[in-house]
Amino acid sequence: MTTQSAPAIRVQGLRKSYKELHVLRGVDFDVARGSIFALLGSNGAGKTTAVKILSTLLRADAGTALVNGFDVTGQAADVRESISLTGQFAAVDEILSGRENLVLVARLRHLKEPGRIADGLLARFSLTEAGGRKVATYSGGMRRRLDIAMSLIGDPPVIFLDEPTTGLDPEARLEVWKAVRELAGRGTTVLLTTQYLDEAEQLADRIAILHEGRILVNGTLGELKQLLPPAKVEYVEKQPTLEDVFLALVGGDGAKAARTSEEER
Amino acid sequence: MTKHFFGDTAVLTGRSLRHISRSPDTIITTAIMPIAMMLMFVYVFGGAIRTGADSYVNYLLPGILLITVASGIAYTAYRLFMDMKSGIFERFQSMPTARSSVLWAHVLTSLAANVISLVVVVLVALLMGFRSSAGLAAWLAVAAVLILFTLALTWIAVIPGLTAKTMEGASAFSYPLIFLPFLSSAFVPTDTMPGPVRAFAENQPVTSIVNAVRALLAEQPVGDDIWIALAWCAGILVVAYVFAMNAYRRKIS
Repeated sequence: MTTQSAPAIRVQGLRKSYKELHVLRGVDFDVARGSIFALLGSNGAGKTTAVKILSTLLRADAGTALVNGFDVTGQAADVRESISLTGQFAAVDEILSGRENLVLVARLRHLKEPGRIADGLLARFSLTEAGGRKVATYSGGMRRRLDIAMSLIGDPPVIFLDEPTTGLDPEARLEVWKAVRELAGRGTTVLLTTQYLDEAEQLADRIAILHEGRILVNGTLGELKQLLPPAKVEYVEKQPTLEDVFLALVGGDGAKAARTSEEER
Repeated sequence: MTKHFFGDTAVLTGRSLRHISRSPDTIITTAIMPIAMMLMFVYVFGGAIRTGADSYVNYLLPGILLITVASGIAYTAYRLFMDMKSGIFERFQSMPTARSSVLWAHVLTSLAANVISLVVVVLVALLMGFRSSAGLAAWLAVAAVLILFTLALTWIAVIPGLTAKTMEGASAFSYPLIFLPFLSSAFVPTDTMPGPVRAFAENQPVTSIVNAVRALLAEQPVGDDIWIALAWCAGILVVAYVFAMNAYRRKIS
């Protein structure tokens, strides 16, 4: 049985190859309940393959993976009840409206009152006004927000976010970060993959670096920093980054929200 | 098959039908090519074609209906391909939803869309002077043959829909299916064709299906054609289903 102390995700000796290409060569990691875990790696490191195995879309060649206490091969249906997957590209239905997308997912998760659930999420993700419009008219950031909103339907205890901010502009990126922090604040376990170092640094409680199918290191940001030579003190003139300039000029809501939450840290 | 199979299939079919109702151009483009062919053959070539039938549009319609289905299933492959490409297919597969419902919803939607196109084409044929004195039983038999044919071609369409790399690849498979009726008894009787062509035409599925539908509509005895037609449709259906399910299993595990 699952207990509160058992990890939300436990991966041991995971291997996957496509013919001669060894994508995962023995991957182990645990993700504690309610934490944000970042799988950091460059393109082709095997991040998406790992997420696909954990979300029952791919079968591993060897090793075991437990999600919410259920085995991904033996108890796939229970795993699917426990998770949501937000893939690398916003998997939304372009022809339906935002609200219809949410209602569709609520129905497919066999929930009562799909309309009420949809309206609640539209409000939470500032999409109420756009809710009746075809998704084809949405911006990249709105699409991603809807995508994440769809993943929250049914409050699954574990959420996978595969490169949630790839291809987004800086403002949309901050909006997504905000949504991910809120999620973890509500006790949801989040496994996210990213190739952006700052994203892992900003969001994750623990970071594992996946390289050529193996986990090189796994620890908190502080632990990872200790692996390198001690910090040197240098005097550097602090110039605003282009991102600071951009956000100061356009002054979006997402930017403000992210800045305040950074100050809280 | 889980307990939610029927409910989930209904929800997902509703979704795809909404796609069709929001882009009715897919129905129009499906019906427009067969209608254009029908106009051309009836009003341009038809006068010079001796079929032995009382009116050429009566002779032609069964073949045109098969072409309608063959061009309609290109959209079935296209819709499935778009679901694969957009990632929504994977989203559905990672949810606590009956997994095969995603495929069945596309199959049922294909059936619905093709039935609408077929009705549109028959209505245009009526305007062009198509007449049949066939009774209800004969019409039901025609409908059954056409539905079985649509299902068989739909499962063929599922294969490129699941496996194609590009949008063009997903729909290109339908071109040979659209042209198969030209090498059959759909437009002209096969007895004027030279030996090898005639042998091919008389032994390919379209000829028996066309002959069976034509006989049913003209209240002629259908003979063996109906059984050969049904055997072809059922055979294609089973083979296509097996290959499609194989492709599907490779995608989800």
